Amino acid sequence: MNRFQRRLAFDATMQVIATGLALIALAMMAWILVTLVVKGANALSLRIFWLPMGPPDGSGGLANAIVGSFIQVMIATAIAAPVGVLAGTYLSEMGQSSRFGASVRFINDVLLSAPSILIGLFVYDIAVRPFGGYSAIAGSLALSIVILPVVVRSTEDMLRLVPGSLREAAFALGAPQWKVVTSVLWRAGRAGIVTGMLLALARAAGETAPLIFTSLGNGSWSFTLTEPMGSLPAAIYQYASSSSQAWVDLSWAGALVITVGVLVLNIVSRVVLAGAGRK
Amino acid sequence: MTADTLIDRPGTGTGRLKDGKGGTADIIFRFALTMAATLVLLVIAAIMLLLLRGGLPALMKFGPEFFITTDWDPNNEIFSAGVMLYGTIATAIIAILVAVPASLGISFFLTEVAPQVIRRPVGIAIQLLAAVPSIIFGMWGFYVVAPIMRDLVQPALISGLHWLPVVGYLFAGPAKGTGILTTGLILALMILPFMTALFVEVLESVPGVIKEASYGIGSTTFEVFTTVSVPYGRTAIIGAAMLGLGRALGETMAVTFVIGNANRISASLMASGASISSVIANQFNESAPGSLLQSSLLLLGFTLFVISFIVLALARYLVRNRLKG
Repeated sequence: MNRFQRRLAFDATMQVIATGLALIALAMMAWILVTLVVKGANALSLRIFWLPMGPPDGSGGLANAIVGSFIQVMIATAIAAPVGVLAGTYLSEMGQSSRFGASVRFINDVLLSAPSILIGLFVYDIAVRPFGGYSAIAGSLALSIVILPVVVRSTEDMLRLVPGSLREAAFALGAPQWKVVTSVLWRAGRAGIVTGMLLALARAAGETAPLIFTSLGNGSWSFTLTEPMGSLPAAIYQYASSSSQAWVDLSWAGALVITVGVLVLNIVSRVVLAGAGRK
Repeated sequence: MTADTLIDRPGTGTGRLKDGKGGTADIIFRFALTMAATLVLLVIAAIMLLLLRGGLPALMKFGPEFFITTDWDPNNEIFSAGVMLYGTIATAIIAILVAVPASLGISFFLTEVAPQVIRRPVGIAIQLLAAVPSIIFGMWGFYVVAPIMRDLVQPALISGLHWLPVVGYLFAGPAKGTGILTTGLILALMILPFMTALFVEVLESVPGVIKEASYGIGSTTFEVFTTVSVPYGRTAIIGAAMLGLGRALGETMAVTFVIGNANRISASLMASGASISSVIANQFNESAPGSLLQSSLLLLGFTLFVISFIVLALARYLVRNRLKG
């Protein structure tokens, strides 16, 4: 084999290895999904969406945890989305080149990847300890800090995609800046901004670490925001490490539910975003 | 856009029309935007300060030795960070050593090897892996991966490598399935999609002409990748790898399931350990407010915050400079 053939052979080998690595990654994804479906199917029934968590014999469901997750994620979104959209708008419309804008952008990026368990500790310190107990509102607050940086980032990115000529046209009509932003820019970037919120919401729905020191989890129905409230990830965490096989089965069913939910939200937002991008 | 624009494009100029048109409403609006942006800064500052405040009693009691000794004894109220620092860093390093080459390989596949039609679907499928909640990785790691590690992988590693000098110590001891090595591998899988996406973004920003120039003098596809594309995006690739490292350092739920939760350092990668995040997840709810245990856990949290802040800040600096530049 001469030098040229060796190089070609090496190139072919590396291409095969790269293809193999991609296949392995896809296989891992498939493996996780298959595991979830197979193990989750054991305890998956309509009952888990209907009955609250019960005794270790597995006669209960997960309904209170699912509803609790839904409530906390919704409150968290209601807190974080307005602040996030305003801050993202600041970065795109006012702070493009200022030093303050650069610091906010930088810190937001750090917050985006910050360990979520530290957010749990922080909220414990400001919203659990001073008020003497775990509460759903503390859990929502922790999730809102998970959501905030995602919304800030996606809002900024989306507004930057709005052509400058749209801004000019609006200003030329004599509109003040608040009018330009609210009726032109936010409207133009609406699909993208909403997608960012959906992705943030999906991420928050799967977070466990920020909840275990804040809303703790609750084995029965609770709609009081100042009391501990169940959440699907916290229920999965509690059941998955228990010694009752029925509870472990239930935790797999919960894991299947949450993963399907999060993946559907992700796929839907990608489709929405792709549709908005083509316009 | 034409050259005679009156208003700068976002990201390039000094701002909007500045003649104060819009009056009070605009002043209020701009104030609201600025406040929201300030809140982002305040949140991270508050996280850091409160963790430090909570950890101060432990820091006063144990001093700098907290970070180098390895005792963790709640009964006698003696705490230190050595074991968890080791567990956090060792698992993150394994994750990076596995995930960086794998992500580079997959991004080579996605940017050069794969036919155009399958690039997007494969890319999206790998991206979806990043959306799977971390507790799912934990359960899958504990119930599915750990038994395989215990029965197949670890016995093979131990019998194959334990006789080697020095390296042998890393592969000694009973195969338990859970532990440092398994945790590192699960973390690698968790950061892989995220890192691959960043690598692909960097590699796609390499100008076609310089790749073509390299092909023109007879380079193979892989040679163009290693001698042109990767060196061109080197800074951003290092930054992206550090972002992955930052995520691996702070990951909690997956680690808590598979690290084995032991309060000691063993030379063997098969052994159980503990990470900063896993100890906080396991013990914080059992600590009484104001106790030395709680203060030590908060000090551990502060330590993790500082480590990840430095790693993430450096990473963002490298990535931003390159992708924007």
